Amino acid sequence: MSARIPVRLPVTKTPKVYIGGAFVRSESARTFKVSAADGTFFGNIPQCTRKDLRNAVEAAAKAGPAWARRSHYNRAQILYRLAEMLEARSAELVGSLVRFGAREADASRGMSVAVDRMIHYAGWADKYEHLLGSVNPVASPHFNFTVTEPMGVVGVIAPDSPPLLGILSMVAPVIASGNTVVALASEKVPYPSILLGEMLATSDLPGGVVNILTGFRRELVPTFATHAHIRAIYAAADGDDRKALRLGAAASVKRVRFVERAADWFAEAAQGLDAIRDFVELKTIWHPIGS
Amino acid sequence: MAEKRRAHARPRPSLIFGDLWEFDPAPETADPKIKARYDLFIGGRFVRPRSGRYFDSINPANERKLAEIALAGPADVDAAYAAAAGAFRSWSAMPGRERGKYLFRIARLLQDRAREFAVAETMDGGKPIKESRDFDVPMAAAHFFYHAGWADKLAYVAPGRTAAPLGVIGQVIPWNFPLLMLAWKLAPALAMGNCVVLKPAETTSVTALKLAEILQDAGLPPGVVNFVTGAGETGAAVMGHPGAAKVAFTGSTEVGKAIMRQLAGTDRRMTMELGGKAANIVFDDAPIDQAVEGIVNGIFFNQGHVCCAGSRLLVHEPVAERVIARLKNRMRVLRVGDPLDKNTDLGAINSKGQLATIRRLVAAGVREGATMWQPPCRLPDRGFYFPPTLFTGVTQSHRVAREEIFGPVLSILTFRTVDEAIEKANNTPYGLSAGVWTEKGSRILRMTSELKAGVVWANTFNRFDPSSPFGGYKESGFGREGGRQGLLDYARIS
Repeated sequence: MSARIPVRLPVTKTPKVYIGGAFVRSESARTFKVSAADGTFFGNIPQCTRKDLRNAVEAAAKAGPAWARRSHYNRAQILYRLAEMLEARSAELVGSLVRFGAREADASRGMSVAVDRMIHYAGWADKYEHLLGSVNPVASPHFNFTVTEPMGVVGVIAPDSPPLLGILSMVAPVIASGNTVVALASEKVPYPSILLGEMLATSDLPGGVVNILTGFRRELVPTFATHAHIRAIYAAADGDDRKALRLGAAASVKRVRFVERAADWFAEAAQGLDAIRDFVELKTIWHPIGS
Repeated sequence: MAEKRRAHARPRPSLIFGDLWEFDPAPETADPKIKARYDLFIGGRFVRPRSGRYFDSINPANERKLAEIALAGPADVDAAYAAAAGAFRSWSAMPGRERGKYLFRIARLLQDRAREFAVAETMDGGKPIKESRDFDVPMAAAHFFYHAGWADKLAYVAPGRTAAPLGVIGQVIPWNFPLLMLAWKLAPALAMGNCVVLKPAETTSVTALKLAEILQDAGLPPGVVNFVTGAGETGAAVMGHPGAAKVAFTGSTEVGKAIMRQLAGTDRRMTMELGGKAANIVFDDAPIDQAVEGIVNGIFFNQGHVCCAGSRLLVHEPVAERVIARLKNRMRVLRVGDPLDKNTDLGAINSKGQLATIRRLVAAGVREGATMWQPPCRLPDRGFYFPPTLFTGVTQSHRVAREEIFGPVLSILTFRTVDEAIEKANNTPYGLSAGVWTEKGSRILRMTSELKAGVVWANTFNRFDPSSPFGGYKESGFGREGGRQGLLDYARIS
């Protein structure tokens, strides 16, 4: 520590998690210490518990029906607005990525990809239905068509790295179709996700649609796995985590999509319709044609 | 005054049916050509099981033995997977046009022998001949025909992406629609270029093994399709085999969950088509006569052995009395008995075990205070039969309103408002199907969008088609069967 006393002491921010549209500490009041890449103390991050996760699921469930009822066009604009917020505050986000060890060039590239990805999914919000739904040529005199519907509350378990692009690439396709999300941020570099929460709060995204927890995977994976109101899981996970999530999923027939923890989120192939498709239900409707 | 007195003196008029004269029997007599003994179908040939063991398949209509079926053990399942893996390379590399032609052939050969298959299906499973003849077999052929045409058009299935086969698919199917479920599972898997190891249900293996003869006649390359017969243990071996790239299961939610747990340590893909407790909702403006037909079809089709059966009738209070009265009248003329009789509406319950399950749940309904009603009907002396049954005064907590009975038992609840109907309909861990009866278009669309179910029938019920995706929400499973969406579930998208 330098002995020099600064002329003005900077005001540091208390990191809080974003749940139900509000910034809160863990109900347990537990925190874990996070240091910057240069070893200096950065802050105390909420170490969220099962109870925090359950609270977040409740918030997500409450926000769900209204979010699902929004028009596709409206959801598209809200995702686009989110991209605008990210772009406007990209310097701050890049700064935080660099502070926790990313190279400047990688951080800026990641930031550009993140913004472009939001726009990619903003555009999907009013188009995926064309491609996933159908009118079906049944042999009997019925009008028969298949539409998509969101599943409900989806649990997202983000990879450690890249800390911002990872969580964003996983959350965007899930909310584009009207699901709400409870996400667990990168355990190693949680702060960019806290910043992301602040940007979500100032975009037009209704509170509760995206809830971001920080904390330890090993403490929270079992609850993600077994919580019956979480209807689907999207997890960057491998080995034991996958097994635990699948075992828990069996109890309530939960849908599961896994990606490698070391997946290349910078690639063009890391985005598209597939992730949207995995988090919608298909509903087929029949009606007789006649008088 | 005189008018009023007479109304008091005489009971309300109701129709008298059935017991005034006897129907002559009208049995279907086509030869089902069932062999005395069936071996396993592996690598294009019928082979004896390694254990040398066989089990009996009986006709549930009269409890007589129908055939002996080979019991497949782990070594047989291994052999089936090896045969499928061996066939995969050439089958998946074959031009789609050629693969499709095999499927077209299978569809045609099945149509040629449709009546024979219908009789065999009815004798093996107990369903009325009019259903196996007019629904199960033609619909099975339609599934092969529909998917045949996809085989050379896979580039159009996932726009902008490439759809490729997965490898060997393990499939386990139930006893309620033996041949039809087989067609649902086989046709899309094969069209996409996969090979298959399939286990029919232990009580209904005959039509699968008869279809194996058709596969031989069609010249299908050996190993592309393999049938291993047996009970739960064989099924677990098929689902758990490391050679499977994907498993597809249709059956109870309980077994589905067990399979999901069994495969938890793997990255095996899955399609699960599980149980249901569908609400069939009748509003006061519904066309009542059609709705009553729909209610009857919804719950008594195939003796109620239907995962998407409309087993909970939610009826709008203003019309409840009328609907129930007409429903009872309609039920009085349902003919229960010999499944091979062309006039039979309800055939035999599939097995002794299932009959016991139905009786247990019906007894629970009576014990919990719901009111049971059954029309007077004479059941055959031998065989497994259960009369069409309805419960009134059912509440949401009754077991007959919560658990899948999988029999001809209807639970009736009432509602006052649209919101109450939606709330009650969705108050179940299942979400396979639902029905809505109303003449009001906007209400239909509101209901269809609020009901949490994979299939919603509006002013109709229990309709199926190969081009129409079928599958559940929530604990009724995931993945779809039928249509472009069902085909995609058998593909690797890249």
